Amino acid sequence: MADDPLLSVEDLEVHFPIRSGVLQRQVGVVKAVDGISFSIGRQETLSLVGESGCGKSTTGLALMGLIKPTGGRVRFEGQEIKSFSRPALKAYRRRMQIVFQDPFSSLNPRQRVRDAIRSALDIHQVGSRKQREDEVAQFMERVGLRPDQANNFPHQFSGGQRQRIGIARALALKPDIIVCDEPVSALDVSVQAQILNLLSDLQQELGVSFLFISHDLGVVEHISQRVAVMYLGKIVEIADKTSIFSEAIHPYTEMLLASEPTLDPRKRHTFSASYDDVPSAINKPTGCPFHTRCPLSTDQCRRDEPPLSSRQDGRLVACHHR
Amino acid sequence: MQRLTRASGWGEAMRVPAILRNSSLVLGAVITLFIVFCALFAPYIATYGVNEMDMRNRFAGPSLQHWLGTDNFGRDLWSRLVFGARVSLSVGLISVGGAALIGTTVGLVAGYLRGWVDLLLMRITDIFLGFPAIVLALALIAVLGPGIFNISLALIAVFWTEYARVVRSTTLVLREQNYVQAAQALGASPLRIIFREILPNALGPIIVLASLGLGTAIIAESALSFLGFGLPPPTPTWGWTLAYGTRFIRDEPWLSIISGATIMITVLGFNLFGDGLRDILDPRQLTRSAGKK
Repeated sequence: MADDPLLSVEDLEVHFPIRSGVLQRQVGVVKAVDGISFSIGRQETLSLVGESGCGKSTTGLALMGLIKPTGGRVRFEGQEIKSFSRPALKAYRRRMQIVFQDPFSSLNPRQRVRDAIRSALDIHQVGSRKQREDEVAQFMERVGLRPDQANNFPHQFSGGQRQRIGIARALALKPDIIVCDEPVSALDVSVQAQILNLLSDLQQELGVSFLFISHDLGVVEHISQRVAVMYLGKIVEIADKTSIFSEAIHPYTEMLLASEPTLDPRKRHTFSASYDDVPSAINKPTGCPFHTRCPLSTDQCRRDEPPLSSRQDGRLVACHHR
Repeated sequence: MQRLTRASGWGEAMRVPAILRNSSLVLGAVITLFIVFCALFAPYIATYGVNEMDMRNRFAGPSLQHWLGTDNFGRDLWSRLVFGARVSLSVGLISVGGAALIGTTVGLVAGYLRGWVDLLLMRITDIFLGFPAIVLALALIAVLGPGIFNISLALIAVFWTEYARVVRSTTLVLREQNYVQAAQALGASPLRIIFREILPNALGPIIVLASLGLGTAIIAESALSFLGFGLPPPTPTWGWTLAYGTRFIRDEPWLSIISGATIMITVLGFNLFGDGLRDILDPRQLTRSAGKK
């Protein structure tokens, strides 16, 4: 068991049927997540990057069992989470938690902070009431909130503070892995840094792993060890952070990196891929999903979908030409 | 928002005035409390007995002796309206309480669980909605017979659908909120999510509906009495007094005017009170200090 990664995902698939008409007949399918595989080790941060609508968040929600995957397997410490049944999920949820993007809608406006954090402990009946109260205070302190703010309502906090509350709630069950769904993209840049540092510190201290979902490459570079690039429900490249940021192999990764604004005015965009709209996940392009925008695309790309294949030092890339 | 700028400097001790500055709440509460007070202490407030007849002063106009005048039997109108508050309030509270309880439960369950449960519950709601309200109530009373409880039961059957539909639609919005997902991610049971996460946030519309509903129920009870399906005379109901007064409206209009105005003011009071309650029940209103949003 020791060799098993903490979490491994095989061919995860989330398809949403599109129904219409009186009879609610299925007229199509949105392939939000279309067969992706990756794994996360202990105390590791894997980032999932990609444009809006590529299925990053859906992946996170599916791993949490908040959306039922339509296919694939999720293993936790080598054990398959069987069909996401209710008792299996409840046990698994003590080990895996989520922090949401929007610090405003992620907290119940009518719940005091104390109750929000304690609800995790209440649901799983951890310790006595007194112990739970103590733990709430500890976690609040740990994420940088004053325990005497426990009786306040969420609206009395700033965005950054609310995100800290969300993190404390996710931490309360001492999970092994936390899905961070764009945890800082709704925050000011200065506050972003604070939250990112908090997450790094917590990882050092508690040995927790993160699946870090983001579209902000600067943030990703700061926090992750490995990066998976997603495009239209597929992973097109997975590699160590340093190799991805020093040399992208997949043309889409290259485009993402090139599109990031730089502070150096002499550096211009050098990449020639079109910045057109992403094709829809309902009518996906045949072959390689990226061929409609790729400068390297050939007939082969339009015909065959490139598999995710291994390159030097364990990188995985899905491209016919590189 | 003048309040916002002022509130920043206000300490904890100054919260009570903040509530009192809500004028619709204060006015609504004063009217509501007055009606409740009349209902509770009717025997002490009424200046005459309910059925006490003063045959020498039939159809007397308002005077010091009979504050609001007398009816065709010389019964004191003020005293009858005071006792009538008991009937109206009982019917209002029982029917609104019952309708809100049933409707809210149906709405929460349908909205949160979706699927076939939703479909089934909403079609049942539609069946009730399909009947014209007053016909349904009349039919039920015809079967059940008169009486405060039976009238309330008939009104519950008419009014619960409104709560079910409003609460369901609110629930449909709330169940997609991140905090509901967060609770699901923590492993909370559907029951816990419904009562801890969704219901507290759905209370606003429920309270507004209930306060409007109290008014509507009082009007409905009056309407039933007006049509002769309410509590039989000599029970002092507002609706019956209003209806009976129309017989003499050419010569002695105050009977109908005063009992009608009583109904109107009561309904207005409940509505204002409900509006105000909704405002202050929002925690953002109670502690508006460091709030960003």
